Amino acid sequence: MNPLLITTTQAVDPVFKFIFGVSLVLLLGITATTVGFVIRYRRSRAPEPTSQSSGNIWLEIVWIVLPSILVLAMFYYGWSGYLSLRNVPKDALPVTATARMWSWSFTYANGKTSPRLYVPVGKPVVVNLVSKDVLHGFYIPAFRVKRDVVPGMKNFAWFVASKPGSYDLFCSVYCGVGHSAMITTVEAVPAAEFAAWLEKGEGKEEKAAGKALLEKHGCLGCHSLDGTAKVGPTFKGIFGRRVTVLTGGTERTITVDEEYLRRSILDPNADVVKGYQPIMPSFPGLTKDEVTTMVEFIEGVR
Amino acid sequence: MIPVENVPPAGDGGFWNDTGKTGITAWIFSTDHKRIGLLYFYSVLTFFLIAVVLGVLLRIELMAPGRTIMGPQTYNAVFTVHGVVMVFLFIIPGFQGSFGNLVMPIQIGARDVAFPRLNLFSWWLYIAGAAVIITSLFTGGGPPDTGWTFYVPFSERTGTNVSLAVFGVFIVGFSSIVTGLNFVTTIHRLRAEGMTWGRLPLFVWSLYATAWVQILATPILGITLALIIAERFLGTGLFDPARGGDPLMYQHLFWIYSHPAVYIMILPGMGVISEIIPAFARKPIFGYKMIAFSSLAIAAAGSLVWGHHMFTSGMSDTAILVFSFLTFVVAIPSAIKVFNWVSTLYRGSISLEAPMLFALAFILLFSIGGLTGLILGAAATDIHVHDTQFVVGHFHYVIFGGAVFAFFGAMHYWLPKFYGRRYAEKPAVVAWVLMFVGFNITYFTMMVLGMKGMPRRYYDYLPEFAPLNLVSTIGSWILVSGLILMLVNLFRGLFKGEPIDRNPWGAATLEWTIPTPPPTENFEEEPVVTHGPYDFKGAGIP
Repeated sequence: MNPLLITTTQAVDPVFKFIFGVSLVLLLGITATTVGFVIRYRRSRAPEPTSQSSGNIWLEIVWIVLPSILVLAMFYYGWSGYLSLRNVPKDALPVTATARMWSWSFTYANGKTSPRLYVPVGKPVVVNLVSKDVLHGFYIPAFRVKRDVVPGMKNFAWFVASKPGSYDLFCSVYCGVGHSAMITTVEAVPAAEFAAWLEKGEGKEEKAAGKALLEKHGCLGCHSLDGTAKVGPTFKGIFGRRVTVLTGGTERTITVDEEYLRRSILDPNADVVKGYQPIMPSFPGLTKDEVTTMVEFIEGVR
Repeated sequence: MIPVENVPPAGDGGFWNDTGKTGITAWIFSTDHKRIGLLYFYSVLTFFLIAVVLGVLLRIELMAPGRTIMGPQTYNAVFTVHGVVMVFLFIIPGFQGSFGNLVMPIQIGARDVAFPRLNLFSWWLYIAGAAVIITSLFTGGGPPDTGWTFYVPFSERTGTNVSLAVFGVFIVGFSSIVTGLNFVTTIHRLRAEGMTWGRLPLFVWSLYATAWVQILATPILGITLALIIAERFLGTGLFDPARGGDPLMYQHLFWIYSHPAVYIMILPGMGVISEIIPAFARKPIFGYKMIAFSSLAIAAAGSLVWGHHMFTSGMSDTAILVFSFLTFVVAIPSAIKVFNWVSTLYRGSISLEAPMLFALAFILLFSIGGLTGLILGAAATDIHVHDTQFVVGHFHYVIFGGAVFAFFGAMHYWLPKFYGRRYAEKPAVVAWVLMFVGFNITYFTMMVLGMKGMPRRYYDYLPEFAPLNLVSTIGSWILVSGLILMLVNLFRGLFKGEPIDRNPWGAATLEWTIPTPPPTENFEEEPVVTHGPYDFKGAGIP
């Protein structure tokens, strides 16, 4: 890693320390003075006020000028830190993040798509942010970066992971019922490992392919595989289950079969399981084979 | 001064005996500023308590990861309604409507506000808007789930009853504009002889600054909300990028009102503190002119900082530079107030009764709220904590720890004057301790969670955030138990407590010179003011 490169974390954290430090001193000063006055001048000890002073111009000047200097210092320091978040290093690796209700997908220059953001350690990454529907927020707390994902607008964020590891990536702008489930991770791996991963195509094994498709299209943000209650019904044991669905406002009971699963992926709001909101987006871009792979995988989730 | 034993029982004497109409019509059709003040007070208090219950439910849901008591759609509706009710039905109309109406005309030596019927009309508008908002919860596609900010494009797409809720807020906005006009006119035209601008109580100064913000900023909210409705019904596409619109334009329009609205919430609270501190320190307020001036400065500069809600939005970096700078500028008048309040205590004779305890808590909690605001004003640090629990904690320090604690202080300071009876002191102090401790546990923890990266408006969270969320929830229970004790003690006292004379605290403003409870006409003859609002010697108070 380039030793001259300042990470986003290194740019922001000193500003936090400076503002928190000054604030703590001010807060302790105000509190100690208040408590001190209250004890010293309480009525049982000071039955009569010993001053009728109603102001002092010099004091006012002091406590206008001193805080002004302090806050201007904070402003300037905060601004210079922010500039580091905006100046993307020239050699940054471009990735496109696509946000939709309620999943992330990351596309690399060679066309590879992943539900997790794989990045090489030590190399700056610039993420171009695209929204398919409403506002979302791209937020990685570990790197102190956040940027709203606005439909029709070209926003970006950059960061560099200096250590390998898995870092949380959240959606920070409220986007509806699956907002808190719209989370994934940044996987920072050594450069060589990253290059190998990037070259490798999508998984070949059928079972893994089905799961990878569900991950890629964000299905698992709302439908769990292990029975956990999420925004939509869990896939665990869903095949063959008898469920009550609402079809155009009327209730009917059906058995979940291949045809039902297929229809639910392509036209999700045709039959909505009772108790759930009709909020799932449709996926018309899927090929027949992809749908078949997904349906077969879901059948197998027990 | 009437001897204590001659004071009539609560709900009797003074303006309470103003008959002519009976039963509820004596209230809902009254043009007496004191009756309208109490109408407002009980209305906003009711909505406050409803929203408190919703807030407690949110905390219970967040007590542990995953589902605790409600599903995600319910949670989203609950936090939206909590915000909408607290902001638009409690704290924005709260101070002006209740204590502004009750106290301001008396403090300037007037018989009533300039337009008493308009005053009643503003309460009716408020109730009408509130009724529409409540209706929106139970009709159509269910309660709105957009957050109180109604951000587009989500608010245009959701199937919940956003249009009706937004229309309710639109109506409440007119109530706010009307009250603002009424107060500005009253303060200009109806001051008693000798009540110069330099003798105006600081609470009146703060209401004056607030009223201007209401008049100038609220119409923009009205326009913005009308545009959402147009988007939903007519598909105008103003905010829709697919049709050449811009979602950021909505955010600008929303915050041009909603940031100054924060000052509508907090400025009158600062005014209350400026009344309570001199009364209980028995000393003139330190730096009267600076406090009055800083209210106007906050109202003016605060109208130019809305962009600091949008540092991550994609707004230009130049705009961020300007808005960050102006945000730091607005910190200075707030700091001036704090320093002057603390200096007022110096060499006073301090009585630690309930109103004073709330005022002292205000100074500390508001300072924490203000100082954490510096983190949000600085561009680099805002990026990390924007849209996290840090913002939720910060906002509650300013508005709950600041404005609402001041509101509680005002309840203990002024309500006895209008009922003729007072609460018991000891339970009030216990309630204050419980609320102060519970408050800090609840909201300080949220700020720590935000620093660790937990976003706001999250129904579910990762296991690493679980311990602190549990702590915050337990804090909310302590806070609420203090709140219940405070209200029970206060209202028991107002109806059954010890009678008080005209000036129980030994304060020097005009409302304490008239009988308790105040007569309908306020003053038997028009007062002539000969001394300042905090001139205890001039007022003949030992």
